[in-house]
Amino acid sequence: MLNSKIPDGRLSQKWEEYKGHVQLVNPANKRKLEIIVIGTGLAGASAAASLGEMGYQVKAFCFQDSPRRAHSIAAQGGINAAKNYQNDGDSVFRLFYDTVKGGDYRAREANVHRLAEVSASIIDQCVAQGVPFAREYGGLLSNRSFGGTQVQRTFYAAGQTGQQLLIGAYQALERQVALGSVTMYSRHEMLDIVKIDGKARGIIARNLITGKLERYFGHAVLLCSGGYGNVFYLSTNAMGSNVTAIWKAHKLGAYFGNPCFTQIHPTCIPVSGDHQSKLTLMSESLRNDGRIWVPKKQNDTRRPNEIPEDERDYYLERRYPAFGNLVPRDVASRAAKERCDAGFGVGTSRQAVYLDYAAAIERYGKIECNKLGIDNVSAENIMHHGKEVVKEKYGNLFDMYEKITGENPYDIPMRIYPAVHYTMGGLWVDYDLMTTVPGLYALGEANFSDHGANRLGASALMQGLADGYFVIPYTLGSFLANEIRTAAIPTDHPAFIEAEKLVNDRIHQLKNINGNQSVESLHKKLGKIMWDKCGMERNAEGLKQAINEIQQLKKEFWSDVRIPGDIEEFNPELDKANRVADFIELGELMCIDALQRNESCGGHFREEMQTPEGEALRDDANFQYVAAWEFKGEHEWQVHKEELIFEVAKPTQRSYK
Amino acid sequence: MEHYSMNLTLQIWRQKNSLDKGDFETYEIKDISSEMSFLEMIDVLNEKLINEGKDAIAFDHDCREGICGACSMHINGRPHGPWHATTVCQLHMRAFKNGETIVVEPWRSKAFPVIKDLVVDRSSFDRIIQAGGYISVNTGNAVDANAIPINKDNADDSFAAASCIGCGACVAACKNSSAMLFLAAKVSHLALLPQGKPERKARALNMVAQMDKEGFGSCTFTGACEAVCPKEISITNISRLNKEYFGAGLSIDKQ
Repeated sequence: MLNSKIPDGRLSQKWEEYKGHVQLVNPANKRKLEIIVIGTGLAGASAAASLGEMGYQVKAFCFQDSPRRAHSIAAQGGINAAKNYQNDGDSVFRLFYDTVKGGDYRAREANVHRLAEVSASIIDQCVAQGVPFAREYGGLLSNRSFGGTQVQRTFYAAGQTGQQLLIGAYQALERQVALGSVTMYSRHEMLDIVKIDGKARGIIARNLITGKLERYFGHAVLLCSGGYGNVFYLSTNAMGSNVTAIWKAHKLGAYFGNPCFTQIHPTCIPVSGDHQSKLTLMSESLRNDGRIWVPKKQNDTRRPNEIPEDERDYYLERRYPAFGNLVPRDVASRAAKERCDAGFGVGTSRQAVYLDYAAAIERYGKIECNKLGIDNVSAENIMHHGKEVVKEKYGNLFDMYEKITGENPYDIPMRIYPAVHYTMGGLWVDYDLMTTVPGLYALGEANFSDHGANRLGASALMQGLADGYFVIPYTLGSFLANEIRTAAIPTDHPAFIEAEKLVNDRIHQLKNINGNQSVESLHKKLGKIMWDKCGMERNAEGLKQAINEIQQLKKEFWSDVRIPGDIEEFNPELDKANRVADFIELGELMCIDALQRNESCGGHFREEMQTPEGEALRDDANFQYVAAWEFKGEHEWQVHKEELIFEVAKPTQRSYK
Repeated sequence: MEHYSMNLTLQIWRQKNSLDKGDFETYEIKDISSEMSFLEMIDVLNEKLINEGKDAIAFDHDCREGICGACSMHINGRPHGPWHATTVCQLHMRAFKNGETIVVEPWRSKAFPVIKDLVVDRSSFDRIIQAGGYISVNTGNAVDANAIPINKDNADDSFAAASCIGCGACVAACKNSSAMLFLAAKVSHLALLPQGKPERKARALNMVAQMDKEGFGSCTFTGACEAVCPKEISITNISRLNKEYFGAGLSIDKQ
């Protein structure tokens, strides 16, 4: 039976009450308690730094060469916080409400409210650390609107907000390393959890330089290892982003919540060929000014500038007049796919739509000429000034587009297409962020709790830092207060030896297959199955096929993969093989989850469940729950349901018309 | 944009581990699309090597969006290759012509020992940050974010310095293997903000001391670092670091 341990009391009082009564660990005891943190992105670095400051002995692990490289660094747009600095009516309640509604009523109210409550403290903490957020001329912080909300609550640092926040957390982490409270293990990958008497008590990690396995003890283990979008092979995730840490936890008893909830981001640079290794996001902020269109004629091969205005279909403005180009991500992505599938796509692949800045350049150009007092301006002059304005706002994104495609987006509309970006699903956690394995926690994108079936823009950074800076430092106490009598367990304990042996056997098994296919080529096959059948649109028939195909692929992988090099050396191909083996198993579970959820909600769109206009049709009577999957054995899972109760944010049909 | 495909000769540094002497190996590669990124071209080569039963070329890379700072290749004698203000992962094959020979090496610096092939150990950068590249504020200590207004120009300059991705191209380009641009970017980022003022003296002194200890060379201000920096970190930051350093060195109170 799942116990989400949501505190009693009114929604707005729960966290205050909890903090007032949660057990504390006295400073002398903190020094004796060891905590393992996996991953050093926003959630991991902020948790490791904060826990180190509190006096715990922390061991932090990342597979990259430095904790500063975690993929949080690539987040572009911004971070939400209910500061109401713009005096536009924002509040903790509104941020909470927008997040629950944006998640299509599949998130847990109490967790989301807590997230909104601590959001303001995150901005304070980051500024104190020296994060250089954008500012106004008066010296105060600047905000922008984002992701279709009606208030300006997004704090940002140009198009590099994730980088600046991560460097803030990284520096706090390195300070603790210097002080000796955190020990950092870079180029180490967690390959299993060690459970003793039912509790998570340590990990087996592979030193990626020497290839040797190492054992580490902890009174508690925190998984902050991010999302699993790379199960699709092509995604906006970093090449190394993987599911391994949370998958090992899942196989040891941690339930997996809503694995099928995937966010497909509408504005990414399209695939250019079979060589494609990853996809690049173009910030959602581009939709503030750009107009999205396709030709009205099918298979139109004219260049975009040759297509006259009345032969263009601004399909988002047509279908959703109220929100236009600013509809939420799930809606915008599906609309693009619909047009391309119907034969209106553009570019050589026909799998792209235009994001056009011509109108914005003209509009800004006119305003600028007015400002400068230029009369009788030529169209050329207007364009020139307009381009300057656009350059200041979006220059780095336009440059990136040009480097990748070789086309100048100031003159030719950008081609964009949706791509896998974020996974709302993750390990099931209770209010304390603890998984179903005692002592094992999941923070940030690695857990399922805050974004329901669709995440709003600028909320991922908020959640990662909320969990690490302001939630886990409190909630961990309720577990550790009862562990003060547990002495550090030596790593020659049989449980460690056994776990290491299993990892070692698996690595040798993989290496000894010596088949004919590279890890990369098998990963591509998995990605294709997932994208075609468990991607933007899913149906029962396709999902059943996918499950079958993935089971076949698993056999193929374990009989035909070829890994060059040796085990005990620096071997990126072996690292990848370990990860892809887990992705294959996860893919099957995602399809099973998508199949059982016979409704459409947020990013999960079941073709059978749509309104006559083609919008997502939720089924609250039957599916207002979190599907938490328990691993039972190969190809076998059991679902446990956590009913979601909405006391404050009453579910309504989302409409952006 | 017209696409084309090309055949190339690659000379790539291969070194089994830190103890191995290492050498260049030559590879012929065909039908490379001008639309590929440089790293995707290496992916194609690796796929070929694996199919031939050989070991793949090891190289650091992760985000492939030019922001994580992992990728680090010396291409035809220039860190990150021929394009200005571009990391290797954003460099595309349009930059090359059919029939060209491309030479690829790891970063070369005593403070960045080679781990394997094109992968080097840059943990010295982390240790430089540990020496003072932070503001000592524990979680929960902060005042309201708008309590301290910060002049927009200073905030913008601080941000420009903070956009350093820690890739190490500055060191690789420098004839002295100096890490001054990396260090100056961090010192500037923090010294330009009021929050960073209380620790500025100790920060400048300790970080420079750590840089020396790691085996990086001295700065002779030739500007090679600025020329290759993918984030266009300005060399004026080095001037600011020098000012901070001398100021701190001359004062009695090091706090």
